[in-house]
Amino acid sequence: MYPLDWLEERSGLVGGVRYFLFRKVPGDINWFQTLGSATLTAFLVQALTGVILAMYYKPDPNSAYLSIQHITNDVFAGWLVRGMHRWGASVFIILLFLHMGRVFLFGAYKYPRELNWIIGVLLLVSGLAEGFTGYLLPWDQTAYWATVVGINLNGTAPFLGPFLAQFLQGGTYINDETLARFYSIHMLVIPGAIFALIGLHLYLVVRLGVTSPPWSKEAAGTGTIIPSRNGGRRGLTRPSPRRRSS
Amino acid sequence: MPPNDDHPHVPGPSLWPVGFAIGVVVFLIGLIVSWWIAGLGAIVAIVFAFLWIRDVTAGTPLVHTPEAPPERPTGPALPATVGEAGMPLSLSDERYPRSKFLEASTLGLGALIGGIVTVPVLGFMVGPPFLKQGQKDHDLGPLSDFPEGKYVVATYPADVAQGQVSRRTAFVRYNGQVSGLPSFSIISNHCAHLGCPVQPNGPLDPSATKHNGNVTLVPTISIAGFGCPCHGGQYDTEGNRTSGPPVRSLDRYAFSIRNGRLFIGAPFSVSHVEGTGGTAKIHKWTFAYPGEHVDGLESWLYPIQPPH
Repeated sequence: MYPLDWLEERSGLVGGVRYFLFRKVPGDINWFQTLGSATLTAFLVQALTGVILAMYYKPDPNSAYLSIQHITNDVFAGWLVRGMHRWGASVFIILLFLHMGRVFLFGAYKYPRELNWIIGVLLLVSGLAEGFTGYLLPWDQTAYWATVVGINLNGTAPFLGPFLAQFLQGGTYINDETLARFYSIHMLVIPGAIFALIGLHLYLVVRLGVTSPPWSKEAAGTGTIIPSRNGGRRGLTRPSPRRRSS
Repeated sequence: MPPNDDHPHVPGPSLWPVGFAIGVVVFLIGLIVSWWIAGLGAIVAIVFAFLWIRDVTAGTPLVHTPEAPPERPTGPALPATVGEAGMPLSLSDERYPRSKFLEASTLGLGALIGGIVTVPVLGFMVGPPFLKQGQKDHDLGPLSDFPEGKYVVATYPADVAQGQVSRRTAFVRYNGQVSGLPSFSIISNHCAHLGCPVQPNGPLDPSATKHNGNVTLVPTISIAGFGCPCHGGQYDTEGNRTSGPPVRSLDRYAFSIRNGRLFIGAPFSVSHVEGTGGTAKIHKWTFAYPGEHVDGLESWLYPIQPPH
């Protein structure tokens, strides 16, 4: 197709995307391997709805709650976008845990994928922190008291707990500045970290390949060893030709 | 070990991980049962971890094995103008080449410039929550607004400019005169478990509400103590914990009396209170956040408090 060829000739990006979409995976994987992509999709939905909400949300303590009421009741399809963001957060966390459980039970964290697991744990912590900071933003009673309890939970950590709690609160008690702090962390700090970590996570998935499930007939490392075309690690194997899994 | 080896370095079988695992389990059990067992478990875990790591990293490039000293030339001594140099040449002709100095100074200057830019900005993020803290006094009303022996629920804004978010509640009880001076018990409504608002266990009398400016005073009729709706912590009328997850008594406020009006001051934490009323003995500690022990062994987990 001409536009894609034009782009490919000038950047090589189309070839890169094709390499990502059509890379080889073992023949006997199943729907469990889709949980990672599902989590990514949920996060992208959160990012998109979050950007749209940020156009109407006012992070000032005097107008935060009113702006959310305005979004829900007056703005066209505001109820839909807000609902997607609010429920999408729960969907994102659930899929994240399911994906983590799948990776653990399949043993896909073992050599050479240990770094990927570590990045995944960092993504888990970032995702939970994202939910925690976002919960305060409606600035109603539920948000306020849930954040009081959450910050005090952080405060019970030994030695540095009280300092962490006071840093999050922006003072000895929750005050006006707490909302702006949490908004900045929720909108800028953590999404930046999550995008970077996801990029690293996906790069490692593509480079290291996908594992077979634990019930697979292939023992790890016994497929034919092909010298990698792209100069990747020579020790990694390509799976044997696709066989019907029983 | 060549970097592109097809066979990754797999450590040999060893029993050290078993000892490490046992140490960790004993440590965790000891956290619940007894501190001595926890210490023993920690020592066992550390010892076996050290042995394990030493075993695993032996023979890898991470571990520096000293090279054999270079051979010394043998034979009769030669004059300096004849024969080879006695000292072996290093890889480069200089011991500290200019390229190394240039690299080090570039990185050093870069780090310095980066620090000059970053550290004040980080200070802006981290500093303000800890600077210029401290609690102001607030006027709750004339002494006559506080009947003797009964708690009054006082609500006041700590900072009018910030609005409702700065609203605080305290339970104020006038205890009569003690040694010729009015005695008050002022108890904070922040639960000592995780900070939920504690409620009086008993009826209030809203018809007798008084408003002193921004301050609202609602007397109670008779309460049997305080209870927290979040996780069920219960306190008696002096704020001592009687049941539930709180780790200490309710915090109290210092107070002062000026021109016949009650001023509520800075809060402090309480481990427990002996006795009741104006002659109660209050064990006072520096103000700590909910969930932190202030006395006992667990208080060693919180040795330093941030400036409140």
